Amino acid sequence: MLSSKSLFVLLLYGVVLLASLVLLLLAGGYPAGAALSALWYGSVGSWYAFTSATLVRAIPLMLTGCAVAIAFRAGLFNIGAEGQLIAGATASTAIALAMPHGGPATTIVALMAGAATGALWAGIAAILRARFGVLEVISTIMLNFVALHAVSYLVRGPLQEPTHVYPQSSSLADGLHLARLPGSGRLHLGLLIALALLGGSGWAFRHTAAGFRMLAVGISSSAAECAGQVNIARTTRNAFIASGAVAGLAGAVEVLGVTFALYENLSPGYGYTAIAVALLAGLDPWRIVLSATLFGALEAGAGAMQRDAGVPSTLVSVIEALIILAIVAAQALHWNVRTFVRQRTSVTAPERLPS
Amino acid sequence: MSEVAAPFLAATIRTATPLALAALGEVLVERTGMINLGLEGAILSGAFGALVGATSGGVAGGYLGAIVGGTVVALLFVLFVVWLRADQIITGTALTLLSLGATGTLYRTLYGTGGAALVLHTSAPYPVPGLASIPLVGAALFAQPPITYFTYALVPLVAWLVSHTHLGLALRAIGEQPEAAAAAGVHVQRLRVAAALSGGVLGGLAGGTLVIAQAGTFAEGMSSGRGFIAIAIVVLGRWRPIGVALAALVFGAASALQFAFQTMGWHAPYQLFLAVPYLLTLAGLAGAAGRARPPTALGRTR
Repeated sequence: MLSSKSLFVLLLYGVVLLASLVLLLLAGGYPAGAALSALWYGSVGSWYAFTSATLVRAIPLMLTGCAVAIAFRAGLFNIGAEGQLIAGATASTAIALAMPHGGPATTIVALMAGAATGALWAGIAAILRARFGVLEVISTIMLNFVALHAVSYLVRGPLQEPTHVYPQSSSLADGLHLARLPGSGRLHLGLLIALALLGGSGWAFRHTAAGFRMLAVGISSSAAECAGQVNIARTTRNAFIASGAVAGLAGAVEVLGVTFALYENLSPGYGYTAIAVALLAGLDPWRIVLSATLFGALEAGAGAMQRDAGVPSTLVSVIEALIILAIVAAQALHWNVRTFVRQRTSVTAPERLPS
Repeated sequence: MSEVAAPFLAATIRTATPLALAALGEVLVERTGMINLGLEGAILSGAFGALVGATSGGVAGGYLGAIVGGTVVALLFVLFVVWLRADQIITGTALTLLSLGATGTLYRTLYGTGGAALVLHTSAPYPVPGLASIPLVGAALFAQPPITYFTYALVPLVAWLVSHTHLGLALRAIGEQPEAAAAAGVHVQRLRVAAALSGGVLGGLAGGTLVIAQAGTFAEGMSSGRGFIAIAIVVLGRWRPIGVALAALVFGAASALQFAFQTMGWHAPYQLFLAVPYLLTLAGLAGAAGRARPPTALGRTR
């Protein structure tokens, strides 16, 4: 799945990332040594940090990264993984609270409710695009804000805990929690769910007709329609729904595996970080495992840096943005060089005409 | 009646001003065939720039800082989109993320994390003599901070620029057919740079308005989606400055409804009112579809 070349590229990005981090730290006048040591110990310096901090944060990033990759591959700019995650977390909490005495079956129902609600939330943007031609970039961003305010209302209204003191839901019963993986602290079953989904979608893109249709539409919808008799509208809708379902599942997994309750700032922007995760992995599901772990480590380490060295954790957003910009610039440069060479090596009719 | 209507109108204008500023800039950008999702970042950077400028240079320094903040983001957009021809949507999203992180980090580095929010001298409302005493609407329309009057003036100016000048014709040509425009001798790249920078200046001023004329302080992420709403307003206003100004007013009115309801003693959960602008944007976009035609080359990388 991973060629040595793509591993090298990932490694290169890692080095660039570290170098830019050091530069930013020095520019901000922070103790770079102490900060980097906190970053190390907070993310991968110990087995506990790696499993309970890094991998626990990597799970929602793997899932939302997968959601973004599915959409981007089909040529859809789904910037709404954040809202779909929140919608999934909300539905999953509501179901789990309604059935507090159930066992694993309830957990599975709650996971599925999360995925279904995420798909529904993405479905709104899909309908707006299909029926009214609304740009999905704008609609998914708007839906993110709506989801955020809706949760903010729900945890102070219908879903608030019974004492009405804290803006959050009641805690979920222990029997509904996702099982912890043995010998790894807070790490839970969600990791296996995420790995299975990434593996499954990687396989689906390579070996199923539906996956191939999505790729074809993403590369050139007109060509797919002409040559392959692909139903563009249906393929686009399916991609949107699949993407939303995976993001919604991320929310359900987060509630059932980590937070055990619904509250406002459940996600520190996983749905936005997911864009960087997916792009860094070249939209390849298998490589998302690595890039999500990298970003999970970065976010876990950033928390430690803030605690121990006073470095603002918002620095992570800067790093993420720089990575995205580096990738689009690299792609653009690659393209520009290729066309430049092509133009220089082929003489077309208009160039020979006197001007 | 007037004790509800006058504050309602004033709140409408207050909400509409930064949106109209940012959206007017985005009209210029989109008319040249580009869509700048970094507008949200430009507003946020403008707001931060205003904070930095205003702490040392008062109101004027604040607006200058706002312009600088917005321009920095626009310059990055120019670098990636106009010169490198990178993907516009991803670049814009990354620039917004960058602004969010950078302003947050700088704010905490320069002003510390704890403690009370900084309080700045705000730009006081300047009642226009005569006009401000018109019954009912006078105080709402003409007892506003100067930036609002600037926005009033900007609307016809941009409308005239786009529709009645050679420069506007060139802008529109680039947005429809960049190759044809280039063949006709229009400097495509140069005008796109100019449009993107104007968009950055106006986006920055929109952020400055939030800090200097309204909140009197800075908060992390205080643009809270206004850039994206402004982009939607451009669609609702059908890429025409007058239409954009009207769309901003409609939007301001919808947001101001919550103040009116509070005044009238209605008790609805305020979180739901906070979601109204975003729902309205979605409804408006669905309604505007089919009747509006975007510039043909919009969003095209090459």
